[in-house]
Amino acid sequence: MTSFGVTRLVAAKDLRIELRSRVLVNQVLPFAAIVMVLFAFALDSDDLLTRVAPGLVWLATLFSMLVVVQRSFAVEAADGALDALRTAGIPAQGIYLGKSIALAAQLLVLEVLLFGGAFVLYNSRFDASGALLLITSALAASCGLGLVGTLYGGLTTGTKGRESLLPLLLLPVVTPVLIGATRATEAALGVGGISMREGWAWVALLVTYALLFGIGGSLGFGPLVDDGA
Amino acid sequence: METDPVVQLVDVVAVLDRFPALAGVTLTVRRSEIVLLTGANGAGKTTLLRLCAGLVPPARGAATVLGLDLAEHRQIVRSRVGLLGHSNGLYTDLSVTENVEFWGATVAASNDEVAASLDRMGLAGRLSKVQVRKLSAGQRRRTALACLIARRAELWLLDEPHAGLDAAGRDELDTTLRAATAAGATMIVASHELDRAGALATRVVEVVGGQVRDPLRGQQGGSP
Repeated sequence: MTSFGVTRLVAAKDLRIELRSRVLVNQVLPFAAIVMVLFAFALDSDDLLTRVAPGLVWLATLFSMLVVVQRSFAVEAADGALDALRTAGIPAQGIYLGKSIALAAQLLVLEVLLFGGAFVLYNSRFDASGALLLITSALAASCGLGLVGTLYGGLTTGTKGRESLLPLLLLPVVTPVLIGATRATEAALGVGGISMREGWAWVALLVTYALLFGIGGSLGFGPLVDDGA
Repeated sequence: METDPVVQLVDVVAVLDRFPALAGVTLTVRRSEIVLLTGANGAGKTTLLRLCAGLVPPARGAATVLGLDLAEHRQIVRSRVGLLGHSNGLYTDLSVTENVEFWGATVAASNDEVAASLDRMGLAGRLSKVQVRKLSAGQRRRTALACLIARRAELWLLDEPHAGLDAAGRDELDTTLRAATAAGATMIVASHELDRAGALATRVVEVVGGQVRDPLRGQQGGSP
């Protein structure tokens, strides 16, 4: 089977499992919503919340991503399915890209709802040109997070203490996404004194990050999960 | 009629962490045989299965599986053999049919092939729509075997296949394995349960200290 076919197959399987188990809806979304509300209570200032809303949304996304990544690999490890995939000679590149796409799709759904929450809780607003920048930056950031999350999820699968190891390894690596996505979102929402032009420059950084991890992950994921290679 | 061997190992050495887990294994397995590997823990049974699955490279000797040289074509060998260890390799949130469809899709199996796999394992009908997490251990094992059939695995490598099953589940599994070999599959089974697995096997070989002893052929293993 081609890598493209495996990518489609694995992505569809992961999304089907998510639809069936509803972990995103029942666990991740309530967690993210609580984080958003707690930020609002902690800062307790409408002006300040509007100003820092982009950073809060992306922080909530990163924290929630940890749960989604761990869940993505827990379903593979529960009955040895990841082992079975690699022992079946299925291209690791396809597995990596398929899982990344499924993860990015779940993060996109999460971001849509978090931005909805930001409009209600933090009084955030944007115009039409801001909408295009916001959507593009969310897409690029989700792809980057999906690719790096899958790579590090695969790296920590089967290791002792993976629940604490994953955030320790992953959060420093996703810092460029946090910075880039926050700046681009600030430009889209017209806060923080960042121009639209600067916003698009940050999107370019997000795209570069996703490309680098896409290429590196495609090459590195196989050896990472295959001890018999 | 003599057929080409499915597995042919001649003086094969496999090294794990600088330790020779297999120390000169010679073994021939022919189509539709069920070869039982016995031996103490650490003797090399699982490594031998993993070598045949293309997961452990041979460090020395000549090793072919399904006519493919393991030194050069391990990735192709992996796609044509099925290794079933202590876990089943199933997605517990998906139904029986969805699992078999998924594994079948990795070799572009048709809907008819998937349906035939389910039917052969007695999983057609009501059970096919049940989530795997709700199945008994025996039913999960049958689902995993249906996945092997849908994947068109020509060589089945089973590591302690009876582990964790009750008496009814074991009977069910034995019936399933006999039916699969009757349909053309070849099996190498590693087990400590000599009474149960011995009755199933067409040949028993012992693995001792990383070497194979076949009682029919003296010290080194071969076909009967």
